[in-house]
Amino acid sequence: MLIKGNIAISDNGFVFNPSTGDSFTMNNTGKEVLLMIKEGKKAGQITDLLMAKYDVDKITIERYLDDFMNDLSVNNLLED
Amino acid sequence: MNRQKVTVAVTGLNNIDSPGPGIPVIRGIRESKDFDVRIIGLAYEHLEPGIYMRDLVDKTYMIPYPAEGKDALFKRLLEIHSTENLNVIIPNFDAELFSFIKLEKQLAGIGIKTFLPTLEQFEERNKSNLPVYGEKYGVNVPAGTEVFSIPDLNNTLKSLNYPVMIKGKYYDAYPAYSLEQAVSYFTKMSSKWGLPVIVQEHIKGTEVNVIALGDGEGNLIAAIPMRKQYITDKGKAWGGITIEDPSMLNLAKKIISQTKWKGGLELELIRTADNKLYLLEINPRIPAWVYLAVGAGQNIPEALLKLTLGMNVEPFTRYDVGKMFIRYSWDMIVDLELFSRLATTGEL
Repeated sequence: MLIKGNIAISDNGFVFNPSTGDSFTMNNTGKEVLLMIKEGKKAGQITDLLMAKYDVDKITIERYLDDFMNDLSVNNLLED
Repeated sequence: MNRQKVTVAVTGLNNIDSPGPGIPVIRGIRESKDFDVRIIGLAYEHLEPGIYMRDLVDKTYMIPYPAEGKDALFKRLLEIHSTENLNVIIPNFDAELFSFIKLEKQLAGIGIKTFLPTLEQFEERNKSNLPVYGEKYGVNVPAGTEVFSIPDLNNTLKSLNYPVMIKGKYYDAYPAYSLEQAVSYFTKMSSKWGLPVIVQEHIKGTEVNVIALGDGEGNLIAAIPMRKQYITDKGKAWGGITIEDPSMLNLAKKIISQTKWKGGLELELIRTADNKLYLLEINPRIPAWVYLAVGAGQNIPEALLKLTLGMNVEPFTRYDVGKMFIRYSWDMIVDLELFSRLATTGEL
């Protein structure tokens, strides 16, 4: 999974897709995960990092991460 | 640097909810550092807001409606020219372009320059010719046809699925979800814009547009793709954003180079969910959202003026992605005296 190269992510969580003109706002966790994906981290690594940082069990993180990835895909933010 | 003095006449001062491009064209030209410009407005209606925008338009003259023919228009332009010594006319309405194209040589003969598509280019991209155009130039276009009567409409609808788009010859388009609605829009469109009325397959997707400028030699001088963000009930963009879309720019380049288009144009496109681009219309003039292009780094009105004056214009190579325009309305207070002067003398 790779975020499209031209997607702009600002410090305040504003995400802009210049190919479509779509824009999104992310909360801090969303932004954090998006940046990890942009850095090239795999789903397993992201899950581990989130588990270390937040008091949430693995299954819950995996479920939310899966939903989040689906949202990114539906909104054309991921490479095909 | 000395700025070149130039007198430019501009139509399309109807800065209303379905705006003409005149005012944003004037804004672009006024921002030029190369010209010291006097703007002459040419208006059809006494209440076109641009007439009263005195900081943008120096003087306005009423001109006859296109329906009165090109001779009436030329006669009026001669009168205006004798006072204003016009250098350039930039027409901005589809409906008047035919007359201006026909008058191109006569206008040039009295020293007024224009930069317009040829009659062949103008006719070829006509809404009713779009399917042929799409086939000739290898562009996806919705299935569609022109209809001249209600029985004609009935027959056409048998081969299309609802909704269908019912379009006026020059302007306006409505989606019809039933035969009754289609007949109602047909009647509306034919009484407003004449025949034929165009019936088109409805393509679902995101509305995107490209503004472009061709030099008549096949070169694309300027092009910017835009996505509509806020659309009025008349289908007009009330807000939009420049986007990075090489496929749209390539399409503009292809059309300009293949047709050797001369002047400004707008491609109205739909991008479908499976990422296909469909060409809905080619508007043969600068669109009303042209000031977004100016704001994004391509002053298309200024480039058009330079081309008209025979100056060399290098193609633009970049623009700002993510630049937005947001339209707004503004009430001007106008003294009755100004309105009455325009109504009685035909100039203001």
